[in-house]
Amino acid sequence: MRTAFINQLCTLADTDEHIWLICGDLGYSVLEAFADRFPSRYLNAGVAEQNMTGVAAGLALVGKTVFTYSIANFPIMRCLEQIRNDVCYHNLNVKIVSVGGGLAYGSHGYTHHAVEDLAIMNALPNLIVAAPADPIEARAITTILASHQGPAYLRLGKAGEPVLHAAGTKVELGRAIQVADGSDVTIISIGGMLGTVLKASDELRLQGIHPRILSMPFLTPLDTAAILDAAEETGAILTVEEHGPGGIGTAVAETLAIHGHALAFHPLRLAKSPIKVSGTQEELRSAQGLSVEGIVQAAELLCRRPHSAVIR
Amino acid sequence: MSPTHRYGSDLGMNTVERLSAFAQTLRAHAVRMVHRSRASHLGSCLSMADILACLYWNTLRIDPEHPNWQDRDRFILSKGHGAAIIYAALAERGFFPVGELKTYCESGSRLTGHITSGVPGVELSSGSLGHGLPVGCGMALGAKRGNLPFRTVVLCSDGELDEGSNWEAILFAPQHELDNLLLIVDFNKIQSFGRVKEVLDLDPLADKFRAFRWAVREVDGHNMQQLADTFAAVPFEQGRPSVVIAHTVKGKGVSFMEDQLAWHYKTPSAEQVEAAMRELGVDL
Ligand SMILES: [Mg+2]
Repeated sequence: MRTAFINQLCTLADTDEHIWLICGDLGYSVLEAFADRFPSRYLNAGVAEQNMTGVAAGLALVGKTVFTYSIANFPIMRCLEQIRNDVCYHNLNVKIVSVGGGLAYGSHGYTHHAVEDLAIMNALPNLIVAAPADPIEARAITTILASHQGPAYLRLGKAGEPVLHAAGTKVELGRAIQVADGSDVTIISIGGMLGTVLKASDELRLQGIHPRILSMPFLTPLDTAAILDAAEETGAILTVEEHGPGGIGTAVAETLAIHGHALAFHPLRLAKSPIKVSGTQEELRSAQGLSVEGIVQAAELLCRRPHSAVIR
Repeated sequence: MSPTHRYGSDLGMNTVERLSAFAQTLRAHAVRMVHRSRASHLGSCLSMADILACLYWNTLRIDPEHPNWQDRDRFILSKGHGAAIIYAALAERGFFPVGELKTYCESGSRLTGHITSGVPGVELSSGSLGHGLPVGCGMALGAKRGNLPFRTVVLCSDGELDEGSNWEAILFAPQHELDNLLLIVDFNKIQSFGRVKEVLDLDPLADKFRAFRWAVREVDGHNMQQLADTFAAVPFEQGRPSVVIAHTVKGKGVSFMEDQLAWHYKTPSAEQVEAAMRELGVDL
């Protein structure tokens, strides 16, 4: 995903001279593509994320579209107040990019687990919050964010994620992407869980359960219509995310509650407790049910529960 | 080409005496505004009155009739709690009607207790400390790399130099040779809950900046001639950011408020307002 991102950013920067890229001393073997081509619009701000974000705001105030880039929590947590006050309050063209969202840096330990980022970013005003599922989404969303007037948070995976969508798949701001249709349950995932969800979907189909699969790359703006359609048309919803409470599960539950839907629902997500052991991304995900088996099991359970009548 | 009338140096009428008179007017506004709204931070306002008068009537290239003029100098007030007096400066300078100052901190007013963008002439909202200098660095870098003529001026307090974000920016500005950036420190020796010396001593502050490769000058922050001459000499060195450490007195201009931590918080009574007006020699 990070390769898709940087390639697309270079393509955009070719024609849009306002695009800048600032990193917090990270991006080895990724950002050189941009730095070499656009040295006057590239900057390594050093290990100083507060200043990096303030500088990005200052550049945006003089007309630039600035992408800040670092890994995991580094571009958002140390500098959270700069994002809130300088970037979001002033509705500036600063796009914060984090590489290694979720448990991508699994073995690096809890400091490198970006598992609260979506919740924290989603609380801020004016901010688009996006987590693409594959390189196709990543490329399209990079383009969307570059032309959008206002701030954004882009949570990327690392490298080497498979392409999941068909070429030409339409990605629109604030819209879910329906990957498969079904009538028994809807599985909504955000970010890098889509691959696992699709494998689980294959298994479920073998068992005669037909899930609708929605990739929902935008936590904000949220595709409320797709959620409500899923509630009415499939009667059960399972959300899947590599993130703790406060992400897509929370957003979907709130949407359902506000609109009076009482239905079979389960948020499959990480517990609100730090992971204190080393492990690969796959292992750490699986330990908390974020696996093919976990998703299949959760979906089966939902389908067995008696569907509540839709209350409108 | 920018119209020359926009440049402070051409406001020949603004003698040192007139600039000082403007400063007294700003102080009087701040006293009345803080009294009316039962707000605080009056001491912080008064300590930078002379600096603001010099900037707004002499140094800054600005045009109140075109607040978004592309080549205007950018001024960032990082000590955003000094809102009353910056609003007074902007109003007196013509960015919005002086009469609006009466609404300071009132329900529905855009003049909030910490400086807020959207008010004409305000470049950046602040209030939490340690934000202005990084943003100023970004503006200065944009100007530098884009060959834009404007200068960026950031005014911060002494207390906010406790913030690590400022020191990140203090490392950053010389690295990128931001000689189009001026930082002014309103060094009134008192911070929010104690004397600077007793909380986190900044001394030797000038040496610290020099060690970080800034071009440093120290001035009496209430001496208008020194302020005007010093600001006019920016950049002090080619290729280096400039910092002016302005030695000031918190509460300056009103004897019973001077050098008192309490006036970071207190609201003056009606009698105190009248006493202050007599001392300032201004009645608004
Ligand atoms: Mg102070």
